[in-house]
Amino acid sequence: MRVWFYGDDINTDMLFPGKYTYTCSKPEEIKPHLLEDLDPEFAKAVQPGDIIIAGRNFGCGSSREQPVVGLKAVGVAAVIAKSFARIFYRAGINQGLLLIEAPDAVEFYQPGMAVELDAAAGIIRIGEREFSFPKPPPEILGIVEAGGLLEFTRKRLRERAVKR
Amino acid sequence: MGMTFAEKIFARKTGRQAVKAGEIVFCKPDRILMHDNAAAITDKVLKDLTEFGLADPEQVVIVLDHTVPAVDEKTATGHKRIREFVQKYGIKRFFDIGTGVCHQVMVEKRLVLPGMVVVGSDSHTCSYGAVNAFATGIDRTEAAALLLTGETWFKVPESIRIFLKGRLQELVTAKDLILTIIGKIGADGADYCSVEFWGDVGHLTLDDRFTIANMGVEMGAKNAVFPVDEITKGFLGAIGIERKEWQDVWADGDAVYRQELTFEMDKVVPVVATPHKVDNCKPAGELKDVEVQQCLIGTCTNGRASDFGLAAEIIGKRKVSPKTRLLLLPASKSELEKALDAGDIQTLVEAGGVLLPPGCGPCLGAHQGVLAPGERCISTANRNFRGRMGCRDAEIYLASPATVAASALTGRITDPREVM
Repeated sequence: MRVWFYGDDINTDMLFPGKYTYTCSKPEEIKPHLLEDLDPEFAKAVQPGDIIIAGRNFGCGSSREQPVVGLKAVGVAAVIAKSFARIFYRAGINQGLLLIEAPDAVEFYQPGMAVELDAAAGIIRIGEREFSFPKPPPEILGIVEAGGLLEFTRKRLRERAVKR
Repeated sequence: MGMTFAEKIFARKTGRQAVKAGEIVFCKPDRILMHDNAAAITDKVLKDLTEFGLADPEQVVIVLDHTVPAVDEKTATGHKRIREFVQKYGIKRFFDIGTGVCHQVMVEKRLVLPGMVVVGSDSHTCSYGAVNAFATGIDRTEAAALLLTGETWFKVPESIRIFLKGRLQELVTAKDLILTIIGKIGADGADYCSVEFWGDVGHLTLDDRFTIANMGVEMGAKNAVFPVDEITKGFLGAIGIERKEWQDVWADGDAVYRQELTFEMDKVVPVVATPHKVDNCKPAGELKDVEVQQCLIGTCTNGRASDFGLAAEIIGKRKVSPKTRLLLLPASKSELEKALDAGDIQTLVEAGGVLLPPGCGPCLGAHQGVLAPGERCISTANRNFRGRMGCRDAEIYLASPATVAASALTGRITDPREVM
């Protein structure tokens, strides 16, 4: 597991350049361009289980969901940031990608420190310290547990159809 | 206790007496906007649409604007699939290439009214706060789910109240005002929040309000909104909307805000957002040593006839500097026609401007006006992120149409008051 560490205001153009927005939608097309203008090494070296730690306002910019779809597809376990931009946070819920707002943990983290994540318990361990993060509200948890918004929607529509 | 605009609009939508910031509510948005990304959106649910049907064709609006005319075979195929979808599901509110940028089209085609809740798979959907709508961006997956269900969830946002005082000075525009506000609040200063504009908004035209609301997302806001006044009513009347068709919403005087701020419009000066963040704002006068190889007037932020009018007034009979190039990107066909009727496009083209078709053009870096490494562009668009205009090693500066026009004359960033 590797930690990728970035700063504040990492925007959607850095995460997935706008020039590909209307030509790449599938995870396989997205993967090679992930973080292309921010950190060209990322797409080459990222492994399932890796974690991204970043500063404030991660994912600001476009409603482009490719960064979230791509990060999920390469198996990023979580993005831990001081804060997230709104549409990006929503996209994380919709794709079932774990986005954790933990400003104290990010503040504490120094490159090279060991990071462990226990998502079920809501705990991040960095070096010797533990940071807890709250579970999402039940309305949102349903979406994440169903495996994303589309699966959740299909489930609801089928339940409705049965009731009728 | 009183309610904010956001609380009131969601109380109405859910049929409740009151809702509070922080609550999660489910409701049916009045409109769902998609653009060229509709191909990818409908792809996600093609089978499901066959099984469950489309929730409400009346709710859906599609505008082709991002890569128009098609750039290559892939984008052409996307457009073709969208046209087929529109046919198959009887989407009446479809606007093909050349109509304009989706946000401008939504407002001018009478698709957004005061008091509506609108979502769109584009971050600048917040633009319709100009006409008192709660309008906000969503992603493609959410738009796909909405095609099936027609409804979605919202966390009722906390609110920020911004008082505007006085009026803007000559050659200082709404763009300078919103850049000043974003510079002060920061790119994340309004994260998750509803931003309400109060005070002397009567001095701001509908175009001004559109520019300001459009950039709400650049300070992280969920939506940015103006009250309905005589200016709004005048605009709605002019596009043929009758009074009984809408019911506006505004906050109570004793609502609770996360933050309250005041901006004195008389003190605003022409400002420029410098690379690579929208909140890196500096007075234009401090950047006069910065040479620019491209100047762009247009996009959904500042591509209206009034913007070309201001630029034409500044340029007059002069020519664009041979050291730079000027691109003109109208927000819509209708705004292009108005600017043609006024003679402003002719003035700008004679000065050396290059007219692009109404749409998003170079703003997203996919085509038409992409930058080369080492180049700098001064633009009236809404984002200056690294790589935004198609090249990682280029720089984008954001400014008002007046500042961009002045810069086109000199080939370097120029305060418009210096060339008049």
